[in-house]
Amino acid sequence: MDTKEAGIKVSDLNFYYDKFRALKNINLDIPGGGITALIGPSGCGKSTLIRLFNRMSDLVPKTRAEGKIILDGQNILEPSLDVVKLRRKVGMVFQKPNPFPKTIYQNIAYGLEIGGNKDKGFIRHKVEDSLKKAALWDDVKDRLHQSALGMSGGQQQRLCIARALAVDPKVILFDEPCASLDPISTARIEELMLGLKRNYTIIIVTHNMQQAARTSDYTAFMYLGELIEFGKTDRIFTVPREKKTEEYLSGRFG
Amino acid sequence: MNSFKEKLIKRLFCITAYASLLFLAGIMFVLFKESLKALEEVSLPAFLLGREWYPTDTPPEFGALSLFAGSLSVSFIAVLVCVPLGLGSALYLHEIASERQRKILKPVVEILSGVPSIIFGFFGLVVFAPLLQEMFDLPVGQCLLTAAIILGVMTIPTITSLSEDALGFVPRSFKEASYALGADRWQTLRRVTIPAAASGIITSIIMGIGRLMGETMIVLMVAGGAAVIPDSLFSPVRPMTSTIAAEMGEAAQGTLHFSVLFEIGLLLFIITFILNVISELISRRYRLKLGQGR
Repeated sequence: MDTKEAGIKVSDLNFYYDKFRALKNINLDIPGGGITALIGPSGCGKSTLIRLFNRMSDLVPKTRAEGKIILDGQNILEPSLDVVKLRRKVGMVFQKPNPFPKTIYQNIAYGLEIGGNKDKGFIRHKVEDSLKKAALWDDVKDRLHQSALGMSGGQQQRLCIARALAVDPKVILFDEPCASLDPISTARIEELMLGLKRNYTIIIVTHNMQQAARTSDYTAFMYLGELIEFGKTDRIFTVPREKKTEEYLSGRFG
Repeated sequence: MNSFKEKLIKRLFCITAYASLLFLAGIMFVLFKESLKALEEVSLPAFLLGREWYPTDTPPEFGALSLFAGSLSVSFIAVLVCVPLGLGSALYLHEIASERQRKILKPVVEILSGVPSIIFGFFGLVVFAPLLQEMFDLPVGQCLLTAAIILGVMTIPTITSLSEDALGFVPRSFKEASYALGADRWQTLRRVTIPAAASGIITSIIMGIGRLMGETMIVLMVAGGAAVIPDSLFSPVRPMTSTIAAEMGEAAQGTLHFSVLFEIGLLLFIITFILNVISELISRRYRLKLGQGR
């Protein structure tokens, strides 16, 4: 699958937490490759939406989805879908860095090992490769076998990115990846995302409008479970078509 | 006035806080003091390795090996009962049980842990020992196996409850990370959740063993009471605790027998103390390890 094909097409999507309708008739065509930012005030459904793309939504009981999300020609909302395969194709980086309480090496090898890969040489190569892609190799190459929890927050988050990269996903979801990081670490993560977008489709949920403007190619603005506006980031930030979008971007609410 | 009140309150709490330490020191002092006579008059090798326990013969024999063997064998078999059952139910409660099942089962486990051991002893004596006797055609039903199984059952809730807590303390974010990488439930449990909770689980097992070693009532009632080194699961045994409980009443204060019983108590205290220290060390390491991961 080429990155250009790794787009995500959402049609008539509704999502319910028990009786609460968290997403309302979402239609969205996320192009493959590049960075798409999902923005909007708290509770607008952007995190809910991103968690449907790798079916992490399954972990919450009493939820229900209607509609379609097509990735790679397949509706990923099908109950019969193999979520293990899906999650290897669609990686995720979380709000708080969450490395396992294992060594740096083991953190990255984990995804490969659970996938049944037993080739030690290949794993070693992948660990190095992923750490390099995440711009972390030089920082940690001498302490691969030390606990990942001894790293700084920014390093931990880059480790989590490396861990996601190790299983060769096509899409990487970033769920507010810089929410708990300082400005310098944030800048490094953003730089990293910009470098990765050539080879991966990146979708980022962010509270930080400047971050969306700095990094993304496309922006989707959501409000109260609805998709208000979607388009090229330059256009959305300069000439928003919807009144709500303009109000949000100019800081009148949110 | 206020500052006086504050000082007074501070003092009071200080005293209560240090009271435990005081009691512990007092217990150690008394145990040691009362054992002195035995330590002087019975050589340590004869005490620790002697097989003959005839405390009221003339001359008396104080070989406590069969008592240690009794304690150890009962505890060992009981561990084989309570660890798999305790961990199994902890894993079930944590990972598989629905919210409703958990709401019913968790309190049940807690109640079971609050049942006085003498009730377990009754149950063993009246129901379980006769059952075992009939099943295996034994001369008596009170034996090593009976005591170990009843003790094991008694200890299940300790292990279940503490292990379940340990599993619950594993940050959700670890599991999410694992699922997001395409791990299934069992891989996540086996490779992330259990290792992250391992120290807590080990602590729960050590606490369980401590409880087993110190338990008196059950072994007194259903272990059979013969001071011999057990040669089968159906041998009657006489663990350290039940020896003390059974003989303390008969031994006159100040006699050598009396003092030897204290020496057994001292030994028991040392064993459980060591177990406590080990579990404290493990759980301290655990806190350090997870401290930054939350």
